[in-house]
Amino acid sequence: MYLSTVSRPVADPPGSGPRRRRLALVSGNVVALGTVSLITDISAEMVAAVLPLYLVLGLQLSPVAFGVLDGVHTGATALLRVVGGFAADRFRRRKLIAGVGYTLSAVAKLGLLLAGRSIPAIGAVIAVDRLGKGVRSAPRDALITLSTPPEALGRAFGVHRAMDSVGAFLGPLAAFAVLLVVGQSYDAVFVTSFCVAAMAVVVLVLFVRERPAEQAADGPDDKAVSVREAFGLLRAGPARRLVLAAAMLGLATIGDGFVYLLLQRREDLGLRWFPLLAVGTSLAYLLLAAPLGVLADRIGRLPVVLGGYTALGATYLLLAGPVDGWPLIVLTLLLYGAFYAATDGVLIALAGPVLPARLRTTGIALVQTGQALAYLVSSVLFGLGWQAWGPEAAIRAAAVAVACVLVGTLLLLTAPSRLVTRRVSR
Amino acid sequence: MTVLSTRAKLGVVVASAVLLGSVAAGYVAMAAEPARTPPSTTGDQAVTLTPGPRLLALTDRHLSTVATADPAGPRTVSGLECLRVYAAAGTGVCLRPETAWSYQVVVLDAALRQTRTVGVPGLPNRARVSASGRMVSWTTFVGGDSYTASGFSTRTGILDTATGTTVTSLEEFAITRDGRNYRSPDVNYWGVTFTADDNRFYATMSTAGKRYLVRGDVAARTVETVKENVECPSLSPDGTRIAFKEAIDADPAKGWRLSVLDLATMRVTATAETSSVDDQAAWLDGRTLAYTLRQSDGQPDVWSVPADGSGTPKLTIPGAESPAPLT
Repeated sequence: MYLSTVSRPVADPPGSGPRRRRLALVSGNVVALGTVSLITDISAEMVAAVLPLYLVLGLQLSPVAFGVLDGVHTGATALLRVVGGFAADRFRRRKLIAGVGYTLSAVAKLGLLLAGRSIPAIGAVIAVDRLGKGVRSAPRDALITLSTPPEALGRAFGVHRAMDSVGAFLGPLAAFAVLLVVGQSYDAVFVTSFCVAAMAVVVLVLFVRERPAEQAADGPDDKAVSVREAFGLLRAGPARRLVLAAAMLGLATIGDGFVYLLLQRREDLGLRWFPLLAVGTSLAYLLLAAPLGVLADRIGRLPVVLGGYTALGATYLLLAGPVDGWPLIVLTLLLYGAFYAATDGVLIALAGPVLPARLRTTGIALVQTGQALAYLVSSVLFGLGWQAWGPEAAIRAAAVAVACVLVGTLLLLTAPSRLVTRRVSR
Repeated sequence: MTVLSTRAKLGVVVASAVLLGSVAAGYVAMAAEPARTPPSTTGDQAVTLTPGPRLLALTDRHLSTVATADPAGPRTVSGLECLRVYAAAGTGVCLRPETAWSYQVVVLDAALRQTRTVGVPGLPNRARVSASGRMVSWTTFVGGDSYTASGFSTRTGILDTATGTTVTSLEEFAITRDGRNYRSPDVNYWGVTFTADDNRFYATMSTAGKRYLVRGDVAARTVETVKENVECPSLSPDGTRIAFKEAIDADPAKGWRLSVLDLATMRVTATAETSSVDDQAAWLDGRTLAYTLRQSDGQPDVWSVPADGSGTPKLTIPGAESPAPLT
C-alpha cells in the first residue's frame, strides 16, 4: 500500500530552516483566530442555552410551530458556504468574509430582540445566525492553514478547536449568570450576547491578519480565481478524492442526538440528565483536541482521522454491546469525544495542503459541505433503519457502515498518490 | 488599512471591552426586576382544590380560584407558583419551577399540600388528572438534545398516585399504528386525557410528520392509533366525545381549530372559536369548553365556547390561563 507515503509527516519544503523553530508553538494568527472563536462561542452558546426557555416560556410560542422552519435552512447554508468560500478566494479577502460571517451572527443576537413574537421573524433571525456560522468557518480554517507551516497544521487546528470548545463551555454559564441577576428578562441575555459577539469582531479586525506572505506563496499567478477554476477543483484528482472521502466519512455519522438517545435508553438514565451527555462529550473533545492534533503532526493526519472514525465505530458497538452502567457511559462519551477531537480539525489539516492556496477556502468549504450533506443523508437513513429493524440492529448496521467507510477512505486517499507530491509543493 | 502598533491595538481592545461591557452591564442592571412579589393573596389557606362550584386557573403564574357563577369576579390567589395546573376530585397537579432552569411535577392534595414530586426534563407544557383524582399526567418540551429535524421533542409521563407507579416517558410503550406494529426514534407524545377506568387514556402521538390520536393502556403499556390530525385530546365527562385542536389543513404552521370528535360516529365538529387555539381544552361541564388564548403581547385570557359548534366564544377569566373545573 501507499499508506506510508501519506501517513508520514510532510517533508519540509526546501529552505525551511526557520520553520523548525516555529513548530514549537502555534502562530499568532492561529491564537488570534482561536480567541475570536472562543469569544464567539461564548456568545452563541449563551443564546442557545436560553432560546428554548425564551420561546416557550418567555414568548409562549408553540415549539411545534417553529419546528417547521427548521431544517429548510440546512441546504441553503451549505450552498452559501461554498459561495462564501469562493468569494474569499476570488477577492483574496478571507479575513473580510470571515468577518462578515462573525458580524452576521452578532447582529442576529439583536435581531432576536426585534423579532418579538413573530415566528417568521424569529425563523429569519435564526437563519441569519446560521448563515453567519456557515460563511465564516471555511475562510477561518483557510486562514489557519495559510498562517501555519504544513508540518504543524495538526497542532494549530487542535489548539484552535480546543479554544473554540472552551468558549462553548463558558457560554451557558454566562447565560445563567445573567439570568440570575435579571430573572426572566431574556432580552438581557441577548444584549449581553451581542456585546460579547461584537468584542469578537473587534479582536478579529485588530489581530487577525490576512496572510502576510500571501504574494510570495501564491506565486506569480496573480489572476483572480475563476468559477471554472473552482469547479476544476472537483475535476482534479487529489481535491476531488478528498471531497469524496469527506462525504463518505460524513455518511458514517448518525448524529449526536441518536447517540445520546441510545445511551439514555440503554442505561435508563434519568431524562433530566440527558443534557449532561453532551457536556461529557465536549469535555473529552476539549481535552483531546490539542494532543491529538500534535499526534497527527507526528504520525500523520490520515491515521489520526481513521483512528477517530474507528473510535466512532467503537462507540456504536458499545451502544449495542455487553458493557453496562457507568463504564458504558464514561467509555462512550470518551470515545465519542475522541472521535470529534481526532477528526474535526485534523481532517481540515489533512485537506489544507492538498488544496492549492489560491483555492483553499473554496476547497475547505467543499469538504465541510460534503460532510454536512452526507451527514443529513445518514441521519435520515439511520432513522429509517431504526424503524425497520429496531435501535440495536440499526446501530450495529451503523458500525458496519463505519468499517466500510474506513476501508473506502483508505483506498481513496492512499491509492496511486500524486497527493503527497502535491502537498509538498503546495 | 492603517497599521496600528500593538500598544494601540491593545488600547482599542480595552476601550471596546469597557464600552461593550458597560452596555451589557447597563442593560442587565436596567432589566433586573425587583423580586417578583406574589399577587395580592388571601393566604394559602383560602385556596383549596375541594370540589365545588369554582374554577381553577393560573393568575400571573400563581394557582388561583374563581366562582363558576362569576368567573371574572373576585379571585383567590395562592402563593404557589405553577406554569400549568389541573385538578379533579381534590387532587391537583402543578408544573412548578424548581430552580431558574429546571421544573418539577408536584402532586397536591385538596389543601395544596405536596404529596409527591417528580423531577422532569424540559419546559412545562400540559398537565392532567383523571376524574377520580388517581392518575396524573404531564408533558414537557425538551430542546437542545433533539434527534428530530425540528429541534424540539416532548416527554410525557404518567403517575399512578394509588400505587406510586411512574411511567417517565410514554416512548417506552409498544405502538400499533393503523393495525400494525410500529417503532421509530422520532415518536413523541403529548396531551394525555384519562378515561373513567383510571387505566386507559387518550393522547397525541407524532411520528414521521403526522400527529395521531392514540388510545393507550397503562397496565399493558401499549398505544394504538385511532385517527390522524388530532392533538391535545380532552375527554368529555361522559366519555363520549373528545375536544381537541385540529391543525388547519393538517399543517400546524397554519394554526389550530378547536374541535370536538364524537367517538361513536368519529364525526368532527368545529367549535365557534375561530382563533387558533394552542391548548389542551378543559370541559367545564358536559357542554362547555374552556381554553387559553394569548393577546399579541403574550398575555393570557381564559375563554369558553359551547362544545357542539353553536354560540360564540366568551371571555371567561381575564388575565388567567390553564383553566380547570373543580369537580
